[in-house]
Amino acid sequence: MTHKLKLATTSLAGCFGCHMSFLDMDERLVELLEHIEFDRSPFTDIKQVGPCDIGLVEGGVCNAENVHVLRAFRTQCRILVAVGACAINGGVPAMRNHYSLQECLEEVYLKGAGLENPHIPNDPELPLLLDKVYPVSEVVKIDYFLPGCPPSGDIFYNFLKDLIRGKVPRVNKHELRYD
Amino acid sequence: MVTEPEASLITIDNQKIPFKHGQTIMDAALAAGIYIPHLCHFPGITPHGNCKHCTVEVNGKPVTACTTLATTGQKIRNDTVELNEARKSLTQMLFIEGNHICPSCEKTGNCPLQAMAYHLGMLEGHYPQQHPVREVDASHPTIMLDRDRCILCSLCVRASREVDGKNVFAIAGRGIDARLIVNTPSGKLIDSDIEVGDLAAKICPVGAILIKERGYDVPIGQRIFDQHRISEIGLENEIVKRAPSDDP
Repeated sequence: MTHKLKLATTSLAGCFGCHMSFLDMDERLVELLEHIEFDRSPFTDIKQVGPCDIGLVEGGVCNAENVHVLRAFRTQCRILVAVGACAINGGVPAMRNHYSLQECLEEVYLKGAGLENPHIPNDPELPLLLDKVYPVSEVVKIDYFLPGCPPSGDIFYNFLKDLIRGKVPRVNKHELRYD
Repeated sequence: MVTEPEASLITIDNQKIPFKHGQTIMDAALAAGIYIPHLCHFPGITPHGNCKHCTVEVNGKPVTACTTLATTGQKIRNDTVELNEARKSLTQMLFIEGNHICPSCEKTGNCPLQAMAYHLGMLEGHYPQQHPVREVDASHPTIMLDRDRCILCSLCVRASREVDGKNVFAIAGRGIDARLIVNTPSGKLIDSDIEVGDLAAKICPVGAILIKERGYDVPIGQRIFDQHRISEIGLENEIVKRAPSDDP
C-alpha cells in the first residue's frame, strides 16, 4: 500500500486513559505505522487537524474549546470515531450534570478547603464551560463508537486493522465492556 | 406419541417445548433452558411486564413473555434480528433516561442492565442523554439508594412485599415523572424496616440499591458478567419462596 491513512486523535473532557490504552497496542503499533501516519495528536504535538481519514475523539464535550476542536475534527476527518465512555455518554465528567455550573464553580473555587483569595477564574484565555457535559454525538455526527473505560488495545487494533483492510469495523460482542 | 403431551407444547423459534397449566411463556422457556431476554422478571415473583425486554411474537403479535400464559400450539418468535434490535432500543432508552456512568458504578460487571447491553451489542445510547437530577438516599447505615441508576423495573417493590413480607418501596408518579420512593413518612431508607438480608436489598438489576462497604469485594474483571453472558445467568430458575403474610 502506497497511500498511508492519516489518523488524528484528541482528548476533550477525558483523562487521556484512552490514549494510554491506544499505546497498549505495543509492538503492533509498528505494524500499524506501515499503513497509518499521525496528523494532529498528543503523540505528534501537531496543534491543528488537517485533512484526515480517521479521527479518534476521546472525552465528552464540556467547554467551548471542546466544541471547536470537535467541529474541526468533523470537518477534516472522513471517519470520526467516539472513543471511550466519556465520548460516548459524557462519562465521569458528566457527573457534574447533577449540579448547575454555578454550584460547581462555587464548590471548587469559593467553598473548597484551604483556598486563599477565593474567586472564580475569569481569564479571557480560559475556555467557557458549557452548562452540561455532552456526548460527542450530540454535537457532531459520529461514524463509529468504541466503548470502554478505556477500550482495550485489542479493540483499537482490530478496529484500525479492519479500516486498513477496507472492511466495516465491528466490535465483537464478547469484547464489549463499558468499564 | 399420544395426543395428551402434544396438547401442551409451544414452539419457540422452531423448538417445541412443553408447558404446565398456568405457566407463562417465560416460565416454560426458563424450564426448557431457552433464554428470553428479561430485566424485570424474577422466578417466583409476580411478573409485571415493565421492562418489555421479553417481548416475543406469538402468532405474529408482540406480547411480553413474562405475563402471557403459555397455551397449546403457540408459535413464538424470540431470538430474531428484529426483536433483538427492538430490545436494544429499549436498553438504550433505559441508559439515556438515567445517569448510567458504568466506570464509576460499584455494580459494573455484576449489572444485568449492562450485561443486557453487551448481549444486544449496544455501542452507544443513540438517543439524547436526559441528564435527570434524581435524589440519592444514603441515610441507611448499610443500604444505599442511588436513583440515578433506577430503571423502574419494580423488582424491589415486589420482592419487599411478596418475599420479605414488608412494604419498603413503591413507584410514584407517571411517565417521565415516575420514581422509586420509600414508604416512610420521611421518605428515607433509614426509617424503613429494610435489612441487608432482604431480597429487596439484593434484587436490583442495576446499581440503584447497593449494600454498602461491599462494592469492591470482587475486583473488576472477576465479576459475574466478566465471566458469563447474561444468556447463561438469565437462565437461573430457582424460584423464591413467598412470604407467608403475602396476599393470595
